Amino acid sequence: MCSEIIQVDVLIPTHTKYLDLIGSIGERIVKELDNYSGDKDALAYQLNLVLTEATANVIKHAKDEHNENSVRIRIHLHDNILDIKVFDHGQGFDLNKVPEPDFEDPKENGMGLFFIRSVMDSVTYSRVGDQNVLEIIKYLN
Amino acid sequence: MNLNLSKSNDFNVLTVLDERIDAHNSADLKDYILRLIERGEQNIIVQLEHVRFIDSSGLGALLSGHKNTIARSGRFVLTNIQQQVGSMFELTRLNRVFEIYAGVSEVSNE
Repeated sequence: MCSEIIQVDVLIPTHTKYLDLIGSIGERIVKELDNYSGDKDALAYQLNLVLTEATANVIKHAKDEHNENSVRIRIHLHDNILDIKVFDHGQGFDLNKVPEPDFEDPKENGMGLFFIRSVMDSVTYSRVGDQNVLEIIKYLN
Repeated sequence: MNLNLSKSNDFNVLTVLDERIDAHNSADLKDYILRLIERGEQNIIVQLEHVRFIDSSGLGALLSGHKNTIARSGRFVLTNIQQQVGSMFELTRLNRVFEIYAGVSEVSNE
């Protein structure tokens, strides 16, 4: 198990070319988990995916709704808990109203949140002050 | 987006040279495949050997190619999927939607 404490706070421009960067930071953090007993390659991919999907979502809505020019992502590892927060200043949405993908008739869009929910243990979206926070948690033990 | 197009039997083999397909380049991939189909090339193999990461928008681009070739009675095949990328297809059950082969040489001419 891992008892490391790592906190990374990133501010990147709302441009999709930075998705690779934020995803790679997630992968690198997994490499630092010396005592993680699970499949590290799978966890690295999952973290890359979750960060990519969540950040892409903010970038897309920032473009559509409001002219936010940066997105803040905080990755916090403590007590075997991986806690990711992605902040936005948009109108927000109701997490519970996002439908599951239709597996019988798959669509081109709407799989992002399903991926986040599938590979992580907890996903919440809430208003804190003047911003929204998508919080994604994975228990590593 | 870095792509390479070649021919193999009756197929257009589209090799994705980028390591990542995400929201930054998935629209390019989707458009490229659509233009290919519009030119009348409806048998397409997308060779994913170099791709180590794909997100939901990348899967969406491939799904678009699949739907548009099937609508024209063509074939849309994926080959050389890396293990972690393959797990994304399993998670979304898209492994049951796409025709998937281990390599280009194994794609049968039906």
